[in-house]
Amino acid sequence: MKITAAHGSGGLDSALLVRDIFGKHFSDPVLARLEDAAVLDLPAALAGAGATAGLPVGSSAGPDLGSSAGLPAGLRPRASAGSAPERSSGPRPEASAGAGLGPAPGSPGAPPARLAFSTDGFVVTPLVFRGGDIGKLSVCGTVNDLLMMGAIPLYLSCGFILEEGLDIALLDAIAASMAEAARGAGVRIVAGDTKVAGVGGGLYINTAGVGVVPAGRAIAADACAPGDAILLSGGLGNHHACILSARMGIENGIESDCACLRDVAEALHASGARVKAMRDVTRGGLGAVLNEIADSSGCSVTLREEDIPVDAAVRAFCGLMGLDPLYMGNEGKMIAVVDGADAEKALSAARGTQNGKNAALIGGVAAGRGVFMRTRLGGTRRVDNLRGEGLPRIC
Amino acid sequence: MGYDGPPLSIMEVCGTHTAAIFKTGVRSLLSPKIRLISGPGCPVCVTPAAYIDRCAALAKTGRHAVMSFGDMLKAPGARGSLSDARAEGGRVEMMYAPFEALERAKREPDTIFALAAVGFETTIPAYALVLEEALARGIENIRLVTALKSVLPALAWVSERGGADGFLCPGHVSVITGAGVYARLAELYDRPFVIAGFEGEHILAAIFEIVRAVSEKRAVVRNLYPSAVREEGNAKARALIAKYFEPCAAFWRGLGAISDSGFRLRREYARFDGGGSDVPDEDVLPEGCRCGDVITGRIDPNECPAFGAACRPEHPVGPCMVSAEGVCGIWHSHM
Repeated sequence: MKITAAHGSGGLDSALLVRDIFGKHFSDPVLARLEDAAVLDLPAALAGAGATAGLPVGSSAGPDLGSSAGLPAGLRPRASAGSAPERSSGPRPEASAGAGLGPAPGSPGAPPARLAFSTDGFVVTPLVFRGGDIGKLSVCGTVNDLLMMGAIPLYLSCGFILEEGLDIALLDAIAASMAEAARGAGVRIVAGDTKVAGVGGGLYINTAGVGVVPAGRAIAADACAPGDAILLSGGLGNHHACILSARMGIENGIESDCACLRDVAEALHASGARVKAMRDVTRGGLGAVLNEIADSSGCSVTLREEDIPVDAAVRAFCGLMGLDPLYMGNEGKMIAVVDGADAEKALSAARGTQNGKNAALIGGVAAGRGVFMRTRLGGTRRVDNLRGEGLPRIC
Repeated sequence: MGYDGPPLSIMEVCGTHTAAIFKTGVRSLLSPKIRLISGPGCPVCVTPAAYIDRCAALAKTGRHAVMSFGDMLKAPGARGSLSDARAEGGRVEMMYAPFEALERAKREPDTIFALAAVGFETTIPAYALVLEEALARGIENIRLVTALKSVLPALAWVSERGGADGFLCPGHVSVITGAGVYARLAELYDRPFVIAGFEGEHILAAIFEIVRAVSEKRAVVRNLYPSAVREEGNAKARALIAKYFEPCAAFWRGLGAISDSGFRLRREYARFDGGGSDVPDEDVLPEGCRCGDVITGRIDPNECPAFGAACRPEHPVGPCMVSAEGVCGIWHSHM
């Protein structure tokens, strides 16, 4: 067996690869949860400090899954100066983090503040696209992963793998875009690494991020229960359609939805709605994300087709290409599973934000297994995990 | 639907219809007396293994780059898929449209770009246009590896063997062929042929028409997709096909050879011919594979012993399990 593109699709092939190779060798109870980010208990001493003043950078509290942290510092070139956090003029992370990190709110047994830790690699062609670029993507992606665990994102590292022939002016522009995205997300880029490998003028970025899950907040896919409602923050498929259009040389107005979802996530928490789980809807699309939720919670999910937002231009593009928006990747969309009684509260909170203004309640959680959809026609269909690469059809 | 007459079966011929039927939940709305079966209308599914092996071999010559629709990449040949060939170092590139080959060929004059030219009447004009453009621009390093087919002879083949009580005719193919061509089939085989678009409502309307016609024993032809399908079809597209291609016998995976059901390049364009229409026509289905029975509606996918067991989307035995329009893959993900 060799690696094929399907292993990177975010669908079933990816899941099997992760389970059969990485799951086998890196067996760890935190990793095994396969959440967007690892949520880790802080050593008692740090927990106190973290709750008031943010966390020391480079904390080794998390499991080291093969980062360059073990190398002598001298062997790690620093990231390009363009992302130097000292010049950041956006909101200081400590300020926003501090607000959410007070003492644990009352209820006995509520979890203490915990560390959230995530990493993500970014590979995209073209490097710059309508609505974003690989730099913005790499910041928003990791920040979103932290947010989805209920964390307040604080610090990022970035590792660049550059190919010979890459235009330095382009790298400069991408780094500037990362810095801007980091400011917007309220995080600092505080560690980096640069390698040059291969020829072809390409660029790959890995980012890792840490954040703090405030005391009393517990977000996990297995917390979902029958009666919960599912909220989607906006229309599906824009990023996928945008990238595909660019690759195919099709001119249309479709922009990537690449965005940091901090506003939506914080509005949901602030609304008081009981948020059970959150997921950003990236590779593999809504279909993959909901199957994960259904699997890990042992429940079924039923969607209402007519309530799922898809922009008209994206819908038309999908029709043309034979693609299903349910399986298309997004870079600025999330779902939240909220207690059914809080659904309207969560919806109006999300709709009050920039990145959630088109939010909709799209379905609910019930007993049983699997993901289903009530179609526009009134029929029922199963919504399976994405298989293969999510490719356009022949005819 | 309240149909309570004798059981009847309706064959949807086009893979896009199969996909739409499941996506819109049409089956869940029908009377259990109405059986929907899927016909040989997914071009990948009827492509013989020997053809895929031919493309895979080309990908490994070092001189060729095989360009293929994504749909074809995982379809199994006797010696693995194009996706496997790529993982083994072969040069296989996914194309979204055949025209991409022109630019690639121009940029890399020392590589021969071999298009895995698979498709029905809907896709063939695009390959013809690639040739037309290649000729106009003097691009010589393009080859077509053809597995091009015509849907109608396969419908006749199925009808002759009893196939189905009525046919839901392919919307896209009918745009090219026209609605008129079904009149002869309806008369010859004494059953209704109804053309429909791809929305759930279109499909339901067509099923209603077919059920009514079967109940009243009328072998009608109905065009319920008049916004796209005309009686005479698209003569321009057919002329374009005829300019570059000529009819030939074609080998359908699971069905066998059907005379005059394929297209090959005309002799004067032989220098663009990468082979394909000449692959050996022996039925070499893997042991236990019942694709032929599935795509002619003799059994449902889940009646095939390999379905979901030896044959899964991750390791397909037949192409119907991996093509986006393959009936087994659609059943596997929706049932």
